[in-house]
Amino acid sequence: MNKKITAIIEWGTLLVSTGLVCFFLIAILWDLISKGAPSLSWQFISTSPTNGMTKGGILPAIIGTILLTLITALVAAPFGICCAIYLNEYAVDNWLTRIIRASIRNLAGVPSIIYGLFGLALFVQGLQMGTSLLAAGLTLGLLSLPYIIITTEEALRRIPNRMREAALAVGATKFESIRDVVLPSAIPGMLTGLVLTLSRAAGETAPILFTGVAFYINKPAGYLNQEFMALPYHLYMLSTQHQAIEQVRPLAYGTALVLIIVVFLLNLSAFYIRYQHSKHE
Amino acid sequence: MNEEQIKLAATAANLWFGRKQVLKNVSVAFPKNKITALIGPSGCGKSTLLRCFNRMHDLSNDVTIEGKFLLEGEDLYKGSLSATEVRRRIGMVFQQANPFPKSIYENINYGLKINDIPKEERQEIIEHALKESYIWDEVKDDLQKPATRLSGGQQQRLCIARAVALRPEVILMDEPCSALDPISTSKIEELILKLKKDYTIVIVTHNMQQAQRVADQTVFMYLGEIIEAGDTSQIFDEPGMELTKNYVQGHFG
Repeated sequence: MNKKITAIIEWGTLLVSTGLVCFFLIAILWDLISKGAPSLSWQFISTSPTNGMTKGGILPAIIGTILLTLITALVAAPFGICCAIYLNEYAVDNWLTRIIRASIRNLAGVPSIIYGLFGLALFVQGLQMGTSLLAAGLTLGLLSLPYIIITTEEALRRIPNRMREAALAVGATKFESIRDVVLPSAIPGMLTGLVLTLSRAAGETAPILFTGVAFYINKPAGYLNQEFMALPYHLYMLSTQHQAIEQVRPLAYGTALVLIIVVFLLNLSAFYIRYQHSKHE
Repeated sequence: MNEEQIKLAATAANLWFGRKQVLKNVSVAFPKNKITALIGPSGCGKSTLLRCFNRMHDLSNDVTIEGKFLLEGEDLYKGSLSATEVRRRIGMVFQQANPFPKSIYENINYGLKINDIPKEERQEIIEHALKESYIWDEVKDDLQKPATRLSGGQQQRLCIARAVALRPEVILMDEPCSALDPISTSKIEELILKLKKDYTIVIVTHNMQQAQRVADQTVFMYLGEIIEAGDTSQIFDEPGMELTKNYVQGHFG
C-alpha cells in the first residue's frame, strides 16, 4: 500500500512537471500567434518599414537575420567541427587537452554581451571592419563555436570504437575511418547541435548590438560591409524604444512570430536531413 | 610445430598498458593454413596478443610494445610495412559483430574501394566473398538492405565476408561467437573450418568445446604468459602443466 502511494506521488510529480512545461510552451506560442498573426501578410514580409516603423514590413530585418545566421554557420561550423574531430579522434588525453576542453566549456558560459564587446574590439576596430554584417556574423560565429565543438564532440563520442576498428581492420587509414564511418554515423547528432546553436545565434541581440545592427537602414539589405537590420533587435526596438509603443505593438508581435518561424524552418530542415539520413541506414 | 611452415609469429613480446604489464615474454608461432585457438581465463592477455598482430594497439596512446611480430619473417612493426598494409594482409573479426551502418553490398565494397581494387572487379569479389562466408543465399535478393537489419549471426558472417573479400593471409578472430546463439555459432564454426584451406586462422575463445571442435593447435595463456602450446588433442587430453589441466577441466576460469 505504502509503495503504491509513493508510486502515485512519483508519477504525479513527473506528470505535473511535464504538464507545466507544456503549458508555458503553449501559452507563449498562443500569445505570439494570437497577437502576431493579424499583422502577418505578404506585404509585411516583403517590404521595408515606412512612416517611422509604424507601417510597412520587415523585409530588411528578415534578410539581415538570415544572412547573419548563414555567416555564423559558415564561420563556426567548419572550424567547430574540425576542432571537435581533432579533440575527440586525434588529441592525446593529457593536461593540455584537458585545459583546452575546460576552456571551451567555460567559453560556452561567457555572457553574450561580452562577445559583443570582444567583437567590437577585434573585428570592428582592430580589423577595421567597421560596424557591419560581416563583423556581427564573425562575432556570432565566435559565440557559437564552443557550442558546436561541445555538441559535435558529444556526437562523435557516441560512435562506438568498434566502428572505427571495423574500418581500420579492412585497411582504412585513421582519416578514412573518420571520414567514411565515424562522421556519417555522427551526422544526425552533429546536426542537432548545429541547429540548436544557430537557432540561438539567430535570436541573439547583445553581440550584434555593438558590431553592426541598426534600427533602420534605407539602403537595400545584404551588404557584408554595411550595417544591417535583424529581427531580434528590431523586436527589441519596437517593444521598448519606439516613441509610439502602443501603435507598433502588433508589428512587434508580428516580428516575433516571423523570428520564431525562421528558427522553426531551420529546425525543420535539420529534421528533414536527419530523416533522409536514417532512411539510408 | 617445427616441420610446418610458420605463417605468423611473435618472439619475446612484452606489452604494457601504462605501467601495467599485460604480456610477459610471449613467444608463439601460428602454422600456415591451420587454426590456432588462444584460450585462457578473462584478462590473461589473449585478445591483447591477438590485436598486436594487426596493430590495433596503434590507436591507444598508453601502450608500449616490445619484441618481434613477424608475418612470414617480415617485421610487422619495424619493417617497411605500413599499418594499413598489415591490416589488409591480416584481417580481423571482432567479438561483437560490427558491420558498417551501410548496405550489405557497401559493407564489403568499402574495403575494396579504399584498397584501390578496380570497380569492374568488385561485383565479382563481393559475390564470391558472400558465398565463401555462406551468407550469399540469405542476402542475395537484397544486397542494398542495411546490414544492421541482419540477425546477429548473419552480421558476424557478413563481417567474415568483409574480411575475406580482401584476400588476407591471416584472419584473426576475437571470440567471434560469444554473442551468438548455438545455431549461429555452429554455422560460424563450420565456416571457420572451411576457411582453413585458404587462410591461417587465429581464434580467441572462451569456449573449450569450440577450441576442441575447430582448432588444430591450442595455446593456453595465463596472467600474460604462455603456459603451454601444442596440438589441441594434446593440450586437452594430456596437458603437460598442472595449470593447463586445471583450466581445460574447468576448475577455474
